[in-house]
Parts: sequence; C-alpha cells; structure tokens
Amino acid sequence: MTARIELRTSPHVVKGTSVEHIMFNVVLALLPIAAFSVWQYGLSALALIVTTTLTCLASERLFNRLSGQQSTLSDWSATITGLLLALTLPPAFPLWMGAIAGFMAIALGKALFGGIGFNVMNPALVGRAFVQAAFPVAITTWVPAFAPRRFTEFVPTTFTAPLMTPPDISAWALNAKPAALDGFTGATPLARWKFDNVLATPHDFLSGAVTASAGETSAILILVCGAYLAIRKFMDWRIPVAILGSAALTALLFQLIDPARYPDPLFVLLSGGMILGAMFMASDMATSPVTPKGVWIYGALIGVVTVMIRYFGGLTEGVMYAILLGNALAPLIDQVTQPKVFGEVKRARVKEKQT
Amino acid sequence: MSLFPFFKNNTFARGVHPDANKSTAGSPIRRMPFASRMILPLVQHIGKPAVPLVRAGEEVVRGQPIAKADGFLSVPIHAPADGVIEAIELKPSARGPWVESIVLRVYEGSTQEIGWRHPPDIESMSPREILQAIQDSGMVGLGGAAFPSHAKLAVPEGTKIHTLVVNGCECEPYLTCDHRLMLEYPEDLMAGIRLAMKSVGAKRAIIGVEDNKMDAVAAIQAAIEKVGPADGSITVQAVPTKYPQGAEKMLVKSLLGVEVPSGGLPMHIGVVVNNVGTLALLGSLLPEGQGMTERVVTVTGPGIKKPGDYWVPLGTPMRTVLKWAGAQDANEQEIILGGPMMGQAVASLDVPVTKGVSGILVFDKLRIEADRKLWPCIKCGECVKACPMGLNPSMLGMLAGRREYEAMGAQYHLGDCFECGCCTYVCPSHIPLVQQFRVAKGILRGKAT
Repeated sequence: MTARIELRTSPHVVKGTSVEHIMFNVVLALLPIAAFSVWQYGLSALALIVTTTLTCLASERLFNRLSGQQSTLSDWSATITGLLLALTLPPAFPLWMGAIAGFMAIALGKALFGGIGFNVMNPALVGRAFVQAAFPVAITTWVPAFAPRRFTEFVPTTFTAPLMTPPDISAWALNAKPAALDGFTGATPLARWKFDNVLATPHDFLSGAVTASAGETSAILILVCGAYLAIRKFMDWRIPVAILGSAALTALLFQLIDPARYPDPLFVLLSGGMILGAMFMASDMATSPVTPKGVWIYGALIGVVTVMIRYFGGLTEGVMYAILLGNALAPLIDQVTQPKVFGEVKRARVKEKQT
Repeated sequence: MSLFPFFKNNTFARGVHPDANKSTAGSPIRRMPFASRMILPLVQHIGKPAVPLVRAGEEVVRGQPIAKADGFLSVPIHAPADGVIEAIELKPSARGPWVESIVLRVYEGSTQEIGWRHPPDIESMSPREILQAIQDSGMVGLGGAAFPSHAKLAVPEGTKIHTLVVNGCECEPYLTCDHRLMLEYPEDLMAGIRLAMKSVGAKRAIIGVEDNKMDAVAAIQAAIEKVGPADGSITVQAVPTKYPQGAEKMLVKSLLGVEVPSGGLPMHIGVVVNNVGTLALLGSLLPEGQGMTERVVTVTGPGIKKPGDYWVPLGTPMRTVLKWAGAQDANEQEIILGGPMMGQAVASLDVPVTKGVSGILVFDKLRIEADRKLWPCIKCGECVKACPMGLNPSMLGMLAGRREYEAMGAQYHLGDCFECGCCTYVCPSHIPLVQQFRVAKGILRGKAT
C-alpha cells in the first residue's frame, strides 16, 4: 500500500450541516412570503424586492473586494438581508431609496463589523432604520392591497428619480383601490387604532386586506414558513415563542386594566411586523443570544418592548426598535446566562456558605 | 422504581446522536494471526515507561514478561508470541514521536499456547494482593485512555467506595469490540467485576449498557443468573443511546443521578468506573495468572473490505492488520485509532497496535474530501446545546481566536472539557473547536509549570 495518509484531529465525523445550508433554507422559507407580497401588491413589490436584493448582493461583493476577502455571496446571507429588507418596506417605496436601504444594511449593519457572524444587529433592520430616519414620509406612504391593475402598472412613487421627493399618491390610491373597498385612508391598522381608535378585525388581517409593509400581511404564511425552519432546526423556536408569548401577555394585561383603551392580544400579534419580526428577524442567529436561557429573556424583552413602544411611544410600530434593542443586549444577556457547568452545583453551594 | 418513569431523568443533559455505523456488531470476534515482526513500545499506558527485562538476541515465549513496571503508575509488558528479541530501539508511535520499543521477531511455528503463567489462588487473595496481580498482568483501561487498571482500582485511605459502575456503553460510532465481548465473554466479565468489587470494597456493581445493545443486556442478565451472586449485588441497566454516554461522568449521572463535582473524580462520590472490556479481560487473565498479550480491536470503516472485531496480538503493526482486514488501496486515506469522535489519526502504518487501541478505522478519499469550508462563528448556539459538560464552546472558541487563554480557563471552565467532540460535530461553521481547546489547554499547562 502506497497510501497517502491524511491527518486530521478528532472528531473525524461531522453532522454535515453548514452555514450555506442553513442560510439557503432561510431563503427558501422567505420565498413564499415574497411571492405572496408580489401577488398582493403587484409589480411595484416585485421591483422593490429585486432592487433591495441586488443592492445587498452588490454591496456585499464590493466590501469583499475592499477588504480583500473571497466572495461571500455563496453563503446566501446577503440574499436574506435583501429579501427581508424589502418585506419590511412599504410596497410603493421608491426604488432609489430601497437601494440606499440595501447598501446601508450591508455597509452599516454587516461589513462595518467584519461580515457574517460578527454583526451586532440585524442588517436588514439597520437598513430599514436608516431609511426610516432619512425618508419619514416615503416609509409611511401605503398603498391598497389587491389593486385591480397591480400587474399592469407600477405605483407612481416606485420610479421616483433619485434624490427627488416622491409624488403624492393619495388621489392615485383612491382610484386604484379594489372596488369592494369603501374608502382608502392610507394608514396602517396600528396607526388607525392609535390615532382614530378604529380596530381592524382578525378577518381583515388573515385575508391580507390591510395596508402594511410588503411582507407583513400574510400571518398564516409567515407562521408556516417559520415553522418549517423551526422543525428543521434552522431556527431556534424559543425566540418566536418567547416574543409572541410575552407580547400577548403584556397586551392581555393592559386590556384587563382598561378594555376600552387597549386592543385585544390577537390584534397586537397580527398587526404590523410582529410575526415577521419574531420569525425571521429576531431569530437571526448571529444577533441573538446563544444560551437557551438567554434566548427566552431576549425574546420576552423584545415582546414587551414592542408593545410598550406601540402603546406609549410616538411611533405606531415598535417591532424594529425592539429587535434592535434586543440585538444590542444579546451579548450582555449571554454573559449573565452562561449554562450551568456539569458538576458545578456543589462548588457553588460551598461558595455561598463561605460568604 | 419511580412513579413516573417517563419523567425519570435517566440520562445526562445535551449530547449528540451521530450515525452508529456499527455494522460489525453481528459477527463473532475472529483471531488475527501473528505478524512476522512485533513492535512493543515501552510506554503503552499513562505513566512511566516500562523497563526492559530482555536483551537483543534473547528468546522469549508467549506470555513471558519482557519489561517490568517502573514504580506504581506503570505496568509490565508481556511477549505477545514466541520469538527472539531483535532489538530495543526507537520506533514511530501513534502520537508522533519515536519511542523506545522492543522489536520481536516471531518464530514461524509460534502457537497460541501461552508459555508463561502463574495461576494464583484467586479466592483467598486480599484486595492488596489483587491489585498487585492486576499490575503484574499489565492491564490498562481498554476504552482508549490506557490508564493502568490497578491504579484506577487503588482507593486512597479514607475514601469509601459504595458502587462499581461498569461501562458497557460503547457510545463511539463504528466500535463494537465491547459489544462483542459482552455477548461472547459475559462469564469472564462477571469474574472481573467480582475481582474489581473486592479490590475496591464496593457493595454493588451496576453495568450500564446503551439501549441499542439489548442483546448484550440479555447476555449479561443470563450470566448474572448463571454465575453471578444471587443477592442482586450485580445488576445490568440499559441507558439511552446518546453520545457521549460512555464518558465516566455522564454514565455515573445516568445510572446514579448524581453529578461528579467539577474537577473531581467519580471516586470522590464513592464510585469507581471501569470498562466492560477491561473487566472481561481481567476476569480471564487473573485466574490464569497470565499477562496481557492481545486485545479485541474493531477494524472497520468505508475503506475496509473485511470489517470485524479481531483478537489482535499487541505489537502487530498497523500495516499487517490492515492487510489482513483487506484495506482497499486508495490514494488518500485517513486511518484512525479509536472511535471517530475521539480517536487519533496516525501518520505511519508502522505504528503498532498497543493496549489502548479499541478500534482501527479507515476512511477513504470520498469521506475525507467532504466539504469542510470554514466560516466565522454565526452564534447559532448548537454547540451550547450539544456540550455534555454545560460549557459554552462558542464563547471559548471566540476567546481562543483572540488568544485569551487565561479567561478560557478561569471564567469559562476550559478545564472541564474532556474533548468529546460534540461541539465540533454539530458546528455548521466547521470550526475546529476541540483542537482549539487542546491547544489552549496545552498553553495553560505550559504557563502553570
């Protein structure tokens, strides 16, 4: 035998998962949600999704070049950032602003920290936070879902020239809305509850007949896609369970205190980006705690803070800032929730006795 | 018996479930013939090297001591075959460095007959005499650590041992040598258990077997009924199949429900753990007054044509074993001593089978080339959910990357890591965590001295 012998250190067998494999499955889970968004909002949503995804990929490649790294496009993480970002933006968001959001997501949210795994906050949300601050009007301009001509014409704002203010579309929206709809206010259910005290019904949410960001409305679809990731263990099920659970409990508590003023927990869960954020953004591995105990604390924190911002903050929606806050606290949560070391009980007790 | 058997916590927390690949479990142990030349390193155990008793040119018979123990933490070496000592010189070892070894040229007519034995009166021996006899037999722990058996059974003054835990888990994938020994030699195992119980003064013995080997549980049960004590002091218990169930501390937790204190030994809570293979061989060697000349080795893996469990004479070069078991000629192979999770890859086919070798695995080119692209840690937490010791390998790996070795030891319990490999096994970023920890431990040890 003239064998060439290979030397490796133990263990010599591995489970066979990889970062690419996990990230690819997240992309798979996001695709149905993106498809639903296109079906609901038409060409404008499609153009937005394509724009942010391509911008994210191009930015990632650019920063690879600048830092002299090999291309990391094949790990799918930039694709996830692009898709998620589009799903959190209003469907009529001008494309040039979407491109800025995509660039900022990768630049400020990821490349600045050193790329995949090193980022502190979810890149997609960093991108969204940037454009929310930069373009407060455009990011709260909503269009009706299921407009009859959505597959033949773009929303006028989509092709706004770069650096130009998008046109006012309230007249266009009234004209474009489905005939069955009595009127169109251009406000999200959360805003209508907050400012007009009008509650959307669960039926409105489940049928998708509400104004919202491109990927927020399909609650059941998001739950199914998230469940796929959780069952295949590409996502920690504890995070969405903790977020949705704590948000529901907080909402229930407020409703018990003052039923006339505060909505029911179901409204809180179904409105805004709660489910999308819990399933796909807070559960981002790199920016959530690693310890099982820490994950529960992290999730509970995000749930409570979201409800607090919605009820008492100036904004109508709080999921984004709650998750960004949770991301920032994740390393700290990890620090205080280190797992109990095997055989450590007795030593700890001895220490207590001594002090 | 607990009222709620489903809630009974009869295993340790976390761990992993690698593919078992125990294809050799169904066929009996076969015997491997003598190689023409045997290489016997003077250090095949943990402790001081043995001292040669023979010179080049001397004739020896199978079973004759050819090197004696040097002090307490050392064991003698016995000739594995009839032959003539060719030389005492440096030879390659599994760990890398060349070590002083006795080279034996085997006579062509050498038989399985043991030419040297001194059967003692085993029933009348005191615990101290039993320990001496165990040391004289050259026995070490056969699970892989190769710690001298008599030293493991020597209980310090003032320590009371209540239970002997017999480890029949064999949780490493691919390996089946302990499984076959339990099936084929359960009565030797009983004899070994009684000797060990006597030497440590244990009142009871529990044999823990993973529940993927229920035939072994049945064989042991039958042996207990046939030759074991009728008072129920020896029992066999199935434990869930999960890696690393066969780690001492894990098995003690599974069987007795107590955790060995961090940094301590099972002895500190009144338990001594021994491997089934060790005790079965002890049970056959001691009453005959023989020394250890051979052991059962699982030779398997995708690169082996005739996989199986073999009685392999100690000192047989790897090359001979692989030839006999039909290793496929491949350009690139990985040859591992021990199991795939904790075993060691060897660099030379001239390395001999020593006392601690439980398995020889040959992985072929395909398996080696499996993509292992490295990514940064994405903090998925899989390693934290896998570590049986409750460590945070993710954090330890990050600290190792920043060379903050002191923090690894002082704050993150690096010393509790026993390198089971669970974290590296699950890591989707393919970070060689265990290797980083080995390096860190080495550096910390270097700083301590």
